[in-house]
This record gives sequence, structure tokens and C-alpha cells, in this order.
Amino acid sequence: METLDPRIKRLSLKPSTEVEKTNSHLITYEVFHQEKRGKHVTHVGVVHASNPEMALLMAKEVFGRRGKTTNLWVVKTSDVYTFSSEDEDMFETTPEKTFRDPAYYKVRDRIEKFQNKSKV
Amino acid sequence: MSNALKDLLFKMADDALIIGHRNSEWTGIGPMLEEDLAFSSMAQDKIGHAQALYKILNEVLGEADADTLAFKREEKQFKCCQLVEQPIGEYDFSIVRQFLFDHAELIRYDMLTQSSFQPLAQLAKKVKGEIKYHVMHADTFVKQLGKGTEESKARMQSSLNYAWHFALGIFEKSEFENELISENIFAGEEELKKRWLEKITPIIEAATLKVPVTDESKIIYGGRKGFHSEYLKPLLDEMCEVVRTDIDAEW
Repeated sequence: METLDPRIKRLSLKPSTEVEKTNSHLITYEVFHQEKRGKHVTHVGVVHASNPEMALLMAKEVFGRRGKTTNLWVVKTSDVYTFSSEDEDMFETTPEKTFRDPAYYKVRDRIEKFQNKSKV
Repeated sequence: MSNALKDLLFKMADDALIIGHRNSEWTGIGPMLEEDLAFSSMAQDKIGHAQALYKILNEVLGEADADTLAFKREEKQFKCCQLVEQPIGEYDFSIVRQFLFDHAELIRYDMLTQSSFQPLAQLAKKVKGEIKYHVMHADTFVKQLGKGTEESKARMQSSLNYAWHFALGIFEKSEFENELISENIFAGEEELKKRWLEKITPIIEAATLKVPVTDESKIIYGGRKGFHSEYLKPLLDEMCEVVRTDIDAEW
């Protein structure tokens, strides 16, 4: 059997005119990682795979080989429906609407408490 | 009993060390980034299993330390089966070897969770999960490539045929077989082989491949008794190259 050891068999580079389509038969899957049971799953990255089963198999070592993992999810990238980047302006004023932020009320409560105290 | 135990542990450890070293040869040249990572990571797991087994040999059974056992023994002293020594070949062979070898490993460790020898029973419980993934990896690839293109199917079948009689050599019996069984240390190679065949047959068929016909006279035995193929010596020479430059160096 012929060796594939890179120290013996060097990669033969193709002339630059030939463009090789790598992984063209594969699609991408988004990977979500869950650290503990009951915790949120968090998006961690992408793997190439030909089907969901393969994607999960690859995700396990790419994103689950270090640190604690309870589970992983994979979702076909094309199945993720998102806003267009042009619509980002819809979110522009959100950070200004602090009254929608629960932290705002916490602070309000404390201020009012302080003000009431100083009245007495 | 201690000789029987040592024989069992050495063959398991040597199998794990040699297959781990072999599979690590794919690091950097795997078929794609994700798979390169996965295969390398599994190879590391195998070296870890070898280390844990050598540690039991050292701490419980009075053998030398893990590094000495791994790097300072002669070819003749290795008890690995010849399947694990074979060169990595093309990816189809490496996948088929993983499929045949790791199914046997998973069943062996599963049987050992019941072992009367506690250090081994505890280790078996610990590593079972890792090997479960190795098996899942092999099964997924075998199914994918068996049902893939005409070429992938032909390659898988020919590698399966080639590896088959090597794989049956995993179950080569030792002189301690009866002792291991009667002492409830390990239920034996014959039982393992039976369960292995029952497990892998439906998977091979589901992959639309054919289970090779077994010819008893062609099974490649010898590894368990220190008789190896031409490929083990060069592997050991390479693996031990650094250690041998200064055999007494402290690391």
C-alpha cells in the first residue's frame, strides 16, 4: 500500500491555472453548544458536512473536544432565516430606549428609595 | 493470575498505542479540516487508553512505568494484533480498520465493566463513552461511503475484504484464556468475537456492503504472541527515535 505520510510523500501542487473546487459537494451547518443540561445552547461556529448526521459527528470534535459539553445541535445554514443587513437601521434607536431595559427600573427604584430616605 | 492479567492488559494497551500512533499519521493530511481534527483527536484518545492501561500494569502489577513500557521494549515484546500495525493506506482502509477494531474495543470494554479486577472495571466504565464516539464515527462513514458513489462502494468493499482476516486476528486466544474466564476477569475472546460479528453484520449490510467470507486458514494470528508483520518494527523505530537518542534522559 502506498504511503500517505507527508514526510515521505509530498503534496504535488497543481499548476495555478487549475482551480480545484474543494468541499464543493458539501454544505455548511451551524453548530450550537450546550454546556450544562438546562442551559441555553449557544452558537459556536460552522462545520462542513454532507448531511446532519455527519455534521453532528464533526461538530463533536471541532467544538466539543475541550471543556464541558452536554449536547450539541446542528442546523443547516440555509435553514436559518435572517434579516437582510440593509435592515440593520431598524435596530438603530433601540439602545436609546432604556425604559425597555429592566436594569433601568432597578436603578429607578434605588434612586426613589434614596430620595424618600432623604425626605425623612 | 497475575500473568494472565498482564497478558490481557499488555495486548489491550499495545493495540491502543499502535493504532493511536498509526491513526495520528493522518494529522495534517486528513480529507477535510473537520475530519482531520476528529481523527487526530480520536488517535489521542487511543494513546490515552494505552497510558491508562500501562499505568495499571505499573501501579498494580509491578511492571515498569508507562514511558518505559511504551518506548523501551523490543518488537517481540509487543502483544498487539497485526491489524493495528498495518500502514494507514488510503482513507477507506483507515475507516474500515477503525470500524472493525473499535467495535471490538467497545464490546471488550463493555464486558470488562463487569470484571472482577477492579482497576480494569473502573477504567472500562471511564473510557466506554469515548469509544462509543469512535464507533459512531466509523459507522457513519461506513454507511456514507458504502452507499456513496460506485467508487466509494468498491473501495470500502475491497478494504473490508483486505482487513477482514487481519481483524479476526484481534481474537487470537492466549494460554490464559480459561483462567481469565474462570476468575471472572474477562469473558474471553470467543465470546467477544461472537458479539462482534452479531454487532457489525447488520451495519455492514445496512451500508449495502457484503460481509466477507471467513476462511479460518487465512486468519492472521501471531501478534498476541509477539510475531509481527514487517510494518511494526519501522513504526517502533520511528516512535522511539527521540527516546533512543538519550535513553536515560529525564522528561
